[in-house]
Amino acid sequence: MEYFVQQLINGITLGSIYGLIAIGYTMVYGIVGMINFAHGDIFMVGAFLALIAFLVLVALGISTVPLALFIVLLVSMALTALYGWTVERIAYRPLRHSFRLAPLISAIGMSIVLQNYVQVAQGARVKPLPPLVHGGYTLFEGNDFAVRLSNIQIIIIITTIALMTGFSFLVARTRLGRNMRACEQDLKMAALVGIDVDRTISLTFVIGAALASVAGLMFLLYYGVVDFFIGFLAGVKAFTAAVLGGIGSLPGAMIGGILIGLIETMWSAYFSIEYKDVAAFAILIIVLIFLPTGLLGRPEVEKV
Amino acid sequence: MTAPVLMVEHLTMRFGGLVAVNDLSLVVRRKEITALIGPNGAGKTTLFNCITGFYKPTVGRLLLSHSDGKSFLLERMMEFRIARDARVARTFQNVRLFAGMTLLENLLVAQHNTLMAASGYTMLGLFGFPGYARAQRRAVDRARYWLDRVGLAERADDPAGALPYGAQRRLEIARAMCTEPVLLCLDEPAAGLNNRESAELNTFLRAIRDENGTSILLIEHDMGVVMEISDHIAVLDYGIMIADGAPAAVRNDPKVIAAYLGVADEEIAQAEASL
Repeated sequence: MEYFVQQLINGITLGSIYGLIAIGYTMVYGIVGMINFAHGDIFMVGAFLALIAFLVLVALGISTVPLALFIVLLVSMALTALYGWTVERIAYRPLRHSFRLAPLISAIGMSIVLQNYVQVAQGARVKPLPPLVHGGYTLFEGNDFAVRLSNIQIIIIITTIALMTGFSFLVARTRLGRNMRACEQDLKMAALVGIDVDRTISLTFVIGAALASVAGLMFLLYYGVVDFFIGFLAGVKAFTAAVLGGIGSLPGAMIGGILIGLIETMWSAYFSIEYKDVAAFAILIIVLIFLPTGLLGRPEVEKV
Repeated sequence: MTAPVLMVEHLTMRFGGLVAVNDLSLVVRRKEITALIGPNGAGKTTLFNCITGFYKPTVGRLLLSHSDGKSFLLERMMEFRIARDARVARTFQNVRLFAGMTLLENLLVAQHNTLMAASGYTMLGLFGFPGYARAQRRAVDRARYWLDRVGLAERADDPAGALPYGAQRRLEIARAMCTEPVLLCLDEPAAGLNNRESAELNTFLRAIRDENGTSILLIEHDMGVVMEISDHIAVLDYGIMIADGAPAAVRNDPKVIAAYLGVADEEIAQAEASL
């Protein structure tokens, strides 16, 4: 029982990170109808930018952890958003009216470009970050097993909840959110009521990238290491989460993220840690076969 | 006669070898209802698509002028700029609402000029800045006004896709009106409506012309509607304008009758004999 609760906490933490990345996949799919395969690498870039920002802050002598965390969060969100915007601008927008597969291929290319760019610029070795957030709480103990909730897990979960709340409000209540939903339903018609579709799509990429960079920062704090290749696996898992939740659905992406996090953690805890990725991707296959629209997705209606 | 709001000059639209609109010139006047009629395939919808930026015309000019003297060359503008700056709104033959959004949201999303003041303020809106809230309230007021006008006020929070067909058509016009258009282009607004509904539509369109001062350009096959409400009718056939004038004149024009009903064999023989 204690062991299970501990795995539950670990799974939700991991799932929050996947969920934040999955939002980017599902949002872009909803509006443009393409899978942005470079999104995982945007997450990786976000983690690297956070690491660099930490080192710069330390060099400047700012060592108060909460303040440093806050500055790093803002800096890496802003810079990663710029990456997201640029990727859309140079790799997808010129192909918007091309055949359907073109932006997808371009996305795979962009993913390889980003990976190699970081590998060349930052080196291929794993970059460590000494643990910044220490401590935690022991929730309860029993059977020689203490269930612990560390401060870093609290930070991850609370940040995720806060971002999700803000983001849901943005989509549901603001002008930008309405424009995004209108674009999702009918791009042409959205333009005809005066929505600047290109700008809305750009902002979608910017927001997706900013959320991914938060996930990158969380990943960096949680695991303490980054390398140029983390984007691939995290990206594909977040994509699995988006598919599981129903691609195009925002709450679906979040729920899917948490579920994938839980499945992976539980599998590692009770079966074998080597095969945790197999478990996550088996889910992808099972969902695609038996539940192609995911948990909260709408079936695609062919327009006649 | 009022000043022109839209001048179509020598418009030609070719799709490969097909000439959908051929050297068409047409004037739409301010605060008038102009009807565009003609058999299927005459190029009416193509003309609409050129006006609203769906197509870039092969040749020709589309000059839209506002009453304050500003003018726009529509063939050079992006779609959303035509809607937002030149203020041309349109509806479709097959209804294109944002089906998953509520009626109110459908009307809010169209109000760019009201919310423009708040456009940079999405972030501020998140934190509830007063300027944004005020613009938002104005937008909601206008949306409710138009919902009232089309008799859908009590369904404001239902998804648009759940409305019956006739109501969807009305909502589509209301959404177009929320963009505060100078020119409203309606593609077969009476299609699929019953007699009572199309009589209501007539009253509504006249009210838009008289009370809101919006010029209307409409494509319609229902001659009852066309003859009753139009101030001016242009008839297209095979991409060419074959008649242009007041309803009474157009109705009796032999070329129009020929285009719609065809020509008797003996008339063809006569015409050939006279050559």
